[in-house]
Amino acid sequence: MDPRHVNAVVVGAGAGGGVVAKELSEGGLSVVLLERGDWVSFETHGQDELINQRTTPLGNAYGPDDRSPRVVETSPGRWAVVMPNEGSYGNNAACVGSGTVSYGAMAWRYMEKDFRMRSTYGAPEGSTLEDWPISYADLEPFYEKAEWEIGVSGDMSGNPFSPPRRRPYPMPAFAYNREGLMLEAAARRLGLHPFPIPMLRNSVPRAGRNACVHNRYCCGFACPNNAKNGTQNTAVPRALATGNCELRTNSIASEIAVDERGRARGVRYFDGSDRAQYQSADLVVLSGGAIETARLLLNSKSRLFPNGAGNRYDWVGRNLQNHAYSGAFGLFDDETFDDVGPGATIAISDFNHGNSGIRGGAALCNEFIRPPYGFSGMRPPGAPRWGKEHKDFQRHNFKRSAIVEGPVQEIPVFDARVEVDPSVRDHWGIPVARLSGNRHPSDVETGRFIASKAELWLREAGAVRTWINLPGPEQRGGQHQAGTCRMGGDPKISVTDRNGRVHDIDNLYVADSSLHVTNGGFNPALTIMALGFWVGHSINEAWKGGKLG
Amino acid sequence: MGAPDTAPAGAGGMSRRTALKLGMVGVLGAAVGAGSTAAFARMVRRPLPRYRFLSEPEASLLVDICEQIIPRDDVAGATDTGAIDFIDRQLGGPYRRHRQAYHSGLESFSRTCLQAHGGPFQGLPKDKKIEALRSIERGEAPAALWGEPSPKDFFNMVLAHTMQSFYGSPRHGGNRGYASYRMLGLNYPQVVGQNRYPKA
Repeated sequence: MDPRHVNAVVVGAGAGGGVVAKELSEGGLSVVLLERGDWVSFETHGQDELINQRTTPLGNAYGPDDRSPRVVETSPGRWAVVMPNEGSYGNNAACVGSGTVSYGAMAWRYMEKDFRMRSTYGAPEGSTLEDWPISYADLEPFYEKAEWEIGVSGDMSGNPFSPPRRRPYPMPAFAYNREGLMLEAAARRLGLHPFPIPMLRNSVPRAGRNACVHNRYCCGFACPNNAKNGTQNTAVPRALATGNCELRTNSIASEIAVDERGRARGVRYFDGSDRAQYQSADLVVLSGGAIETARLLLNSKSRLFPNGAGNRYDWVGRNLQNHAYSGAFGLFDDETFDDVGPGATIAISDFNHGNSGIRGGAALCNEFIRPPYGFSGMRPPGAPRWGKEHKDFQRHNFKRSAIVEGPVQEIPVFDARVEVDPSVRDHWGIPVARLSGNRHPSDVETGRFIASKAELWLREAGAVRTWINLPGPEQRGGQHQAGTCRMGGDPKISVTDRNGRVHDIDNLYVADSSLHVTNGGFNPALTIMALGFWVGHSINEAWKGGKLG
Repeated sequence: MGAPDTAPAGAGGMSRRTALKLGMVGVLGAAVGAGSTAAFARMVRRPLPRYRFLSEPEASLLVDICEQIIPRDDVAGATDTGAIDFIDRQLGGPYRRHRQAYHSGLESFSRTCLQAHGGPFQGLPKDKKIEALRSIERGEAPAALWGEPSPKDFFNMVLAHTMQSFYGSPRHGGNRGYASYRMLGLNYPQVVGQNRYPKA
């Protein structure tokens, strides 16, 4: 046996992979954690609005860079190569911690009905809407682990729609900023149920790290004082501290080796010097995100799986989802800006479910503080986009605005998908992902409904002018990408079983948002972490006597 | 106008660094009395270009367009805050994919002004400049003068880059003196407990 053989290779050190690596190495398995990016820090780009993970005209602060293009369908049958800082790319950060370094850090549990969307609403024409094979109750203990081990500040006592929990949050909730206070009073007048957004940020010092200092900009940026909790400052260091886990950065996985008996043998990858490497292992876990995990499976062709590992029935890469973000802008006579960052403080969950004639819905939150360049593009329909009037608008309204919006839960569509491109390859010669397909028309109806509620809320809070924002028809994933390797009981219409184990390949697992059958009406990070604990736990349970049972 | 895409960013096909080195050799050469040819002396005396990528005529047209997008009033506008330096610098880096669009777009725009708006853009009165830009924004321009980019695409590109220059971080060459942050009343850099500007 190869002396470098290990028990497990985990591909991707983000929300899912960082947690799985910790669980397995704490369970006593030897682990190699491959990460395509490197460690990153706040100091590299600071609070630069033109280079971060959210606004990217001059590049992605935390990767990937132009060595990793993708292909997107621009109109039926027409394709274009796009770079990682372009909107349609559907980017997730390439670094240790991935998106959890620079996310807005909202820490949502999905609701019970989010796991039973088909049972609740029925599958509309043109959709592949399905229930999850696990329930909220199954995942609840793992949500709790995520909240306590990664670190969440929150208080759900004001939210009557919150799913049941056994244990409170480990840290108190953050206070409302000025926008939050205005919106709280308005929500109560409307008979709604406002509550503070649960956040993966320290409201008090915890685990040897600082409390949040309310920086103006947070979403899209690393934290300057390490108060934002991601896997890079929690799960990954704990995995490394066991002595059982080796993290290899700048390592680009290209293929899972699958043998003649249909078992994964290891992972081929390129190291930081672009040299081809191979790591053999007893089991492999994929945590590259919904686009890269699907791409890696599709690029892993073998005799038993000529169309890619786990892709016997053409379900890998299907059902790509995101969130059909919808909401409203509001302008006020008085200043809403108090420079208490990051700005998103208040939410309502009144419209996630139970909306007449609507399938699902979304949580509504006030938006993070708008940076100046971003604000320059926020104008009511018909307002000048440039010139003296544009500048005056910017000057007058920059501190008198608010946005309320929500991650509208999408209805999955079979043809919204990730494939590998037949000709375009990345810097390492690996066929790139290509993205195509549209949202279900139902999403725009839901979006319109959610936007109308956002507008109503803003008006009640005193907005003198409002306008709405609706999603476009295209589905390209994005930072909330999900659904491409859905879990399920029937191998003909899913990719993994309920534990994230790929059908037909007993020692190959997925642990990231690819597993999501549906993507909730909430930001997905905490659910991805909870699934990391779920899959990690399941592997540890199956690991008996030095091998998978 | 419109230097070819492959032209190195320097005087007469020479890189800036080479020009500097040669300049030093020229000075030393003169000092030791070694003869330098007239051509060599001309080359050494030729001023270094102001821009890395844009030609002088391209730059002066472009900055005038940028100034209409963010005009000076009681607060500085695009010209004062270095929009042209920002765009020129980015064209050597993250904007490199837009180089050809700038060359051909500025060329088409220039011809459009001559043909449809009564003269060179920079010579037009302010209201005519705005009118010309509005028609380009709407995509109204003689089709024969435009290929890639289209008038709309060209306008949207310049619009986005001008906004980035004025409202983005000063570390990239635009927003000189933190002009837009001052205008909006935003302390920068934001240091909790001691928000203030460095001396401009």
